[in-house]
Amino acid sequence: MTAPPVLSVGNLAKAYGGVHALDGVSFDVHAGELLALIGPNGAGKSTCFNVVNGQIRPDAGTVRLEGRDITGLPPRAIARLGVGRTFQIAAVFGSLTVLANVETALLASRGASFGLWRPQDGQARGEALDLLAQTGLAALADRPATGLAYGDVKRLELAIAIAGSPRLLLMDEPTAGMGTHERLALIGLVRRLAAARSLAVLFTEHSMDVVFGHATRVIVLARGRVIADGSVEEIRADPQVRAVYLGRSAATGERGS
Amino acid sequence: MALDALAFQMINGLASASGLFFVAAGLSIIFGVTRIVNMAHGAFYMLGLYLAVTLADRLPGPLGYWGGLLLAALAVGLLGAAVEVLLLRRIYHVPELYQLVATFALALILNDAALWLWGPEDLLGPRAPGLKGSVELIGRRLPEYDVFLAFAGPAVLLALHLLMKRTRFGRTVRAATQDREMVAALGINEALLFTAVFALGAFLAGLGGALQTAREPANLNLDLAVLGDAFVVVVIGGMGSIPGAYLAAVLVALVKALCIALGTVEIAGLAFNMSKLTLVAEFLVMALVLVLRPQGLFGRPQAAAARAAASEAPLRPMGGTGRALALAALAVALAVPALATVWAYAPVLALDMLIAVTFAASLHLLMGPGGMASFGHAAYFGLGAYGTALAATGLGLPTLPAFAVGILAAGAGALLFGWFCVRLEGVYLAMLTLAFAQIVWSVVFQWEEVTGGSNGLIGIWPDWPFDSRAGLYLAALAVTVAGLYLIRRLIFAPFGHALRAGRDARMRAEASGIDVARIRWLAFTASGMLAGAAGGLYAFAKGSISPETLAVGRSIDALVMVLLGGLASPAGPVLGAGAFTLLQDTVMRETDYWRALLGALILALVLLFPGGIAGGLSRLFAGGRADG
Repeated sequence: MTAPPVLSVGNLAKAYGGVHALDGVSFDVHAGELLALIGPNGAGKSTCFNVVNGQIRPDAGTVRLEGRDITGLPPRAIARLGVGRTFQIAAVFGSLTVLANVETALLASRGASFGLWRPQDGQARGEALDLLAQTGLAALADRPATGLAYGDVKRLELAIAIAGSPRLLLMDEPTAGMGTHERLALIGLVRRLAAARSLAVLFTEHSMDVVFGHATRVIVLARGRVIADGSVEEIRADPQVRAVYLGRSAATGERGS
Repeated sequence: MALDALAFQMINGLASASGLFFVAAGLSIIFGVTRIVNMAHGAFYMLGLYLAVTLADRLPGPLGYWGGLLLAALAVGLLGAAVEVLLLRRIYHVPELYQLVATFALALILNDAALWLWGPEDLLGPRAPGLKGSVELIGRRLPEYDVFLAFAGPAVLLALHLLMKRTRFGRTVRAATQDREMVAALGINEALLFTAVFALGAFLAGLGGALQTAREPANLNLDLAVLGDAFVVVVIGGMGSIPGAYLAAVLVALVKALCIALGTVEIAGLAFNMSKLTLVAEFLVMALVLVLRPQGLFGRPQAAAARAAASEAPLRPMGGTGRALALAALAVALAVPALATVWAYAPVLALDMLIAVTFAASLHLLMGPGGMASFGHAAYFGLGAYGTALAATGLGLPTLPAFAVGILAAGAGALLFGWFCVRLEGVYLAMLTLAFAQIVWSVVFQWEEVTGGSNGLIGIWPDWPFDSRAGLYLAALAVTVAGLYLIRRLIFAPFGHALRAGRDARMRAEASGIDVARIRWLAFTASGMLAGAAGGLYAFAKGSISPETLAVGRSIDALVMVLLGGLASPAGPVLGAGAFTLLQDTVMRETDYWRALLGALILALVLLFPGGIAGGLSRLFAGGRADG
């Protein structure tokens, strides 16, 4: 790949007490790529993820977004620079309609949240409906977000996360708590959206069917270090990965932990 | 500064720190296990003192005094157990806000119970046998009893420490504080644990109060005064930490002692009477701690609070029916001055209602869409009233500019206090708002040169064309309608959506680039200015104001109006304020025990009708929209 990476993580280190949660982690994520971050429990996935999204400040190392140093910025500043994210337990704005959820996110990404007078209705309606169409929620636009089925909540959160046309999408266990069919449908949707928007996607995941069926590239963390970085096939064949991680369950198994 | 004066004030400070520590420690232990902030904790302290004064007088012999104190504390502990079984068990699963309000209702009822039992006069207890004398320290005579109290604090701290570390009960309490679900899963009798913990917390508050017997008279204002102080201590020390509570109580007491000992000092040619700055000093200590360590000195960081309340239905712009109802209400309101010929009281009542509506609507903006429960909204009402009054009488400004000064004063207060408040969530925020309101009240009460102290300010009359009853009423109507319209614009604008988004899912909102703290700060300030407008109207309507204008009772009135109307609807505060004012002017005026009545009303609301009037109406028209 010749284009500069969207996300570039260099030599991240973070220790809790004497435990090195991250110990010199480096990797890049490119546009259009779905990079899966996997590893056994305690490998440092969550720490790494939270350093990138700004919730944790690293002890050392840098996080660069399209060349710009964003290390240690608060989450909302990182969001405004073009990073969308979803949560392990999907969070949406329960008291707003599905449409208003997306409109609110759209206006926030434009820095228009302090609009005090003109009603929000209509300020970003077309764009919001478009996003709902892309995520398959058009028919639910006027429904309150509270009453949605969990699969719809997940897709709504995805629509909110990409509302600001981010360059990078961070997804923390995107398919946690979903059935097999829904899981593959959601990650398929993410893949289509990433391709259409040349979006870089970094996600942590426990479901191996999702990782090996849809990721463009896989990074394996163990004890705070990157032990493998490559295509799905390369990771599947990597003896070290098999030893520390996949060895404990079949490569096609449901859960790796 | 003389060293002996400082030492004297320090012992005195440590003595009061002990009492405060007992209350704060009880508050902390109860919160740790039950996750309820007991607003009635000050009332337990007060009851402890009243009971001790009564018992110490009645019981014979030298042991009578000490036996009386202990009995009083035990009685309060028993009362706590009864309260837990009868009331708290019914509210463990309701949203935080309703828990706060319900325990506050209990405080109101207990206050009236004390009024009924002991009457309105202050009661002075007997002096402590064996500790009537004084000891000499660097040339000053210190009351022995103060020295005893100064040591009682650390003694109880040590006793609590041993209880928590060495006993099975203590271990269970600590385990429950860390992980409640786990304790339930381990098969510990949760009901019994909660009752015991509440009894222990109440006992500590009762003991704190009882020990003051030889130091200060029992009076009916103690409950709220102590509650405000205890909140400051808990916020500084960190919720849930007993050593933190002690350290904070000592810190606050020492800073106060230092201020008093310094007396009047000259800074840059200006003389400052530092002894009058004790409240400001307390505020500064709290502010400093909050800025540096928002979780308090010994507290653990707050987890990003999930919203406890079930999500409300989306707000919709007014439909045809809503518009028609609003216009009809406006037409009725406009016709009120004409009613004066047949019913002279109508304009007076209607003016009270308008002021209440504006005040309640301002609080609703904060509590409903903002998700921030303020227990000290009277501070901004009062700043508006005093600002307007001082501008009109002191500066001699005409009515409209004076009114504007009031609004700006309230806005400035809200801007300052809001900066701290929006950094906290849930119960912490509620405690801080109440503490700020107590501070504003005390400043107004003590700053006699400017505010007139307890006498307040008089002769605040508007000039033409607002000097007639109809003129002032119509002006108030215009302010109210403008205020309600402004709130509606805010709520439906991107700002209101961002505010609700931050309330529904704060982390999600931040991850979408919404600066939740700043959005909330603006909402806090706007809400404060509207409350200030209500206060300004109040000053002109009554012609005189006193510290009672911004006492905690008014904050609670506003809370009740909002809950009575229904939190989930923008029309709620209008309905709630109207109904409450009517109730207040008719029923409550007839009885000395209006607090207990109000408390009972609140409990009925929380336990039976959590949706309020608007919720009830929208259920009645099932399928209809839950807005106005």
